[in-house]
Amino acid sequence: MIRIVVRAEDFDAGAELRLVEGCSPGAGAVASFIGIVRPESAGEALLSMTLEHYPGMTELALQQIAAAACVRWRLSAVTIFHRVGVLQPGAQVVLVAAASLHRQAAFDAVQFVMDYLKTKAPFWKLERRASGDHWVEARSSDDEAAARWDLG
Amino acid sequence: MRVLYFAWVRERVGVAEETLTPPAEVGTVEQLMVWLAARGGGYERAFDDRARVRAAVNQVHAMRSTPVGLADEVAFFPPVTGG
Repeated sequence: MIRIVVRAEDFDAGAELRLVEGCSPGAGAVASFIGIVRPESAGEALLSMTLEHYPGMTELALQQIAAAACVRWRLSAVTIFHRVGVLQPGAQVVLVAAASLHRQAAFDAVQFVMDYLKTKAPFWKLERRASGDHWVEARSSDDEAAARWDLG
Repeated sequence: MRVLYFAWVRERVGVAEETLTPPAEVGTVEQLMVWLAARGGGYERAFDDRARVRAAVNQVHAMRSTPVGLADEVAFFPPVTGG
């Protein structure tokens, strides 16, 4: 199962994990990652974070990343849930969950999905701080993290 | 040609999307960026530092040399920052 959801509303992480597990009768491991809006950025309090995306291409990119992870780690299920719109500090932004036979494959698959999502999926973060609105700059460390998986 | 802009590229250009008919000699992403920058104003500010602008053609990441035509959907945006 590949489940891709991009929407403004929050997700129920427990329900999403149960869905991944429920679709994976032979699996021995479910690993997951949840990204959360940090309360500070550049030494300032964050007032809000707006996630902009490219509807259509976003879902396509996430589908491709999930499919690549499924093949490489023989996953029985993978879910990528990404929120868009205005988010408050402490809000959940992204959930990735993967089910496989053994834990290492599940851990690696989740890291791979996050690393590729950060460099390929068309999302952009706008931070609202006391000093004004700031577009988040892409980080070269994210490119390096994706490059270690040795895939285009 | 449907052209879309995202994040600060959208802010500088001033619209999120538009339908354009570039001249026939505009055949690649790079040539389209040069043509757009030459329109001046917000376009010039969006495309003056082209190294910071990424592109997609028909919703797939593109290179500067990727061909573009009137039937294509072309998007311009900064490096992505999701997750």
